[in-house]
Amino acid sequence: MDVFMSAAAPQPRTKAGGLGIYAAAVFAFLYFPIVVLVIYSFNGAGVGGFPPRNLTLEWYRILFSDRAIWDAVLNSVIVALAAVMIALSLGLPAALALDRVSFPGKALFRRLVLLPLILPGIITGLSLLMFVRYTGQKLSLLTVILGHGTALISVATTELFAGLQKMDRAQEEASLDLGANYLQTFWRVTLPNLSLPMAAAGLLIFTLSMDEIAVTFFLIGRDNTLPLEIWGRLRRGMTPEINAISTLIFIFSVALILFWYHLRTRGQGSAEPLLVAESEAFQGKIR
Amino acid sequence: MYSRAYKLAISLPPLAWVTLFLLAPYALMFVHSFWTVQDNQIVHTWSLNNYAKLVASPLYVQVLLRSMWIAARVTVFALLLGYPLAYFLSFHAGPRKELLYQLVIVPLWVSYLVRGYAWKTILGGDGVLNGLLQFLHITQHPVEFLLYSPFAVVLTLTHIYTPFTFLTIYASLEHIPRNLVEASQDLGASPRATFWRVILPLSVPGLLAGATFAFVLTLGDFLAPILVGGPGGTMISNIVQTLFGAAYQWPLGSAIAVCILVLVLGLLLATERVERKWTFS
Repeated sequence: MDVFMSAAAPQPRTKAGGLGIYAAAVFAFLYFPIVVLVIYSFNGAGVGGFPPRNLTLEWYRILFSDRAIWDAVLNSVIVALAAVMIALSLGLPAALALDRVSFPGKALFRRLVLLPLILPGIITGLSLLMFVRYTGQKLSLLTVILGHGTALISVATTELFAGLQKMDRAQEEASLDLGANYLQTFWRVTLPNLSLPMAAAGLLIFTLSMDEIAVTFFLIGRDNTLPLEIWGRLRRGMTPEINAISTLIFIFSVALILFWYHLRTRGQGSAEPLLVAESEAFQGKIR
Repeated sequence: MYSRAYKLAISLPPLAWVTLFLLAPYALMFVHSFWTVQDNQIVHTWSLNNYAKLVASPLYVQVLLRSMWIAARVTVFALLLGYPLAYFLSFHAGPRKELLYQLVIVPLWVSYLVRGYAWKTILGGDGVLNGLLQFLHITQHPVEFLLYSPFAVVLTLTHIYTPFTFLTIYASLEHIPRNLVEASQDLGASPRATFWRVILPLSVPGLLAGATFAFVLTLGDFLAPILVGGPGGTMISNIVQTLFGAAYQWPLGSAIAVCILVLVLGLLLATERVERKWTFS
């Protein structure tokens, strides 16, 4: 607790030392497993042990010639792109509706849309599994796409709603007053104003879908997504090949974040950092 | 300013989709929990048998309690790690703030599975940590209790949910008007008093949101227990998952899932009430 006491000192630079060390330790905790994972992807002697021995690129060579993994990557990309399309094309009208329409049951609608964001994946996954079976459909990548797309409408809605709240409505009013119809106003005024939140939502949904496992677990058919392919291999015995693919996933995730910040600094700069909208949604700020 | 047609056009598609693919499936789960199984077939006769079985069986109650205990520990640890980190970034990080924020986001973006797997390789009997201990001659034989224990589940899930608690707390700290903090200091409050009486109370909504998030998602987790938990680390969602798997026990599984759902929704509503009371302005 003395962490806090020293923290609020009037001269933060000199007195926050203890807190700074604590923060550094938390960072170390957050990064430790990732660092270990990356180092051992070069370990010739397997996934464990100390120190790492016989450093090699062999695991990456095995990985790159592993058909099953790359088939799974392709499946995951297809699912993620489809999920982005579904979630954005429904999240945008949902955000617009929450922003500017009042209808009976609106509060319930808002809660329902956001529910998959906070609910454990197993509940959403199982409900959809029962729904799919009840309607007599077969499990396949399509059902996974349905699950991801539907669950991630929540992310699209929160991001785009936050964007709409910041938007100046006078521009839309001016457009309508000057004779443009709703569709023209939407394409030429509303949508361009939302380009940054759309990009943020798209990237978030893509990443979350690529990583998703709890909902996918129950909706998967014969074709595996990447996380489920890895999951299956973990049960059959682990080799540093999994470290290698994990390292690539890590690099890919970081690249996406850097890409987003590149977009953000080039744009009008009004967008919040990633995930701020989601964390505010948890605090019930969307009313 | 918006016409009726425009309002219908933006409201109806998401409303219809969400009703069909979220509300209907959740409702179907609820309905299933009252059905029964006869000769490996789900029979649509209504009864409370599934719920009676849950209450009567010490196993289910025990695993549920254990799951809540694990979730409570993860929540506390995630807050103890996340709050000071968020506080440091918000108040003391200076110009490096944005960069450090992104550095916390990165682990959050790295897949759940990757992080769970990393802990498995670290904690295992022939894992990295045991290798290190033997390398340093601290132990002669591998320490086995690290992996496949509730401890491993708590550690892994704390690692996974700390960035989430950080996020909500950081967001609420950033919203605290800095002149309130200055006013408190100008009026002679010690840094300690300023923290306890101004900053902490104003960050309660973020604290509660982060806590709810960590608790709820841990409670419903079934992957970490399989990865690192072992028999002693089995959680309630593992039972649900098993009931839906080999054994054709969907109604009973649904009943447990509905219990989890009710618990989660109750918690969300309760914290939302408290948050509203504490929200400034």
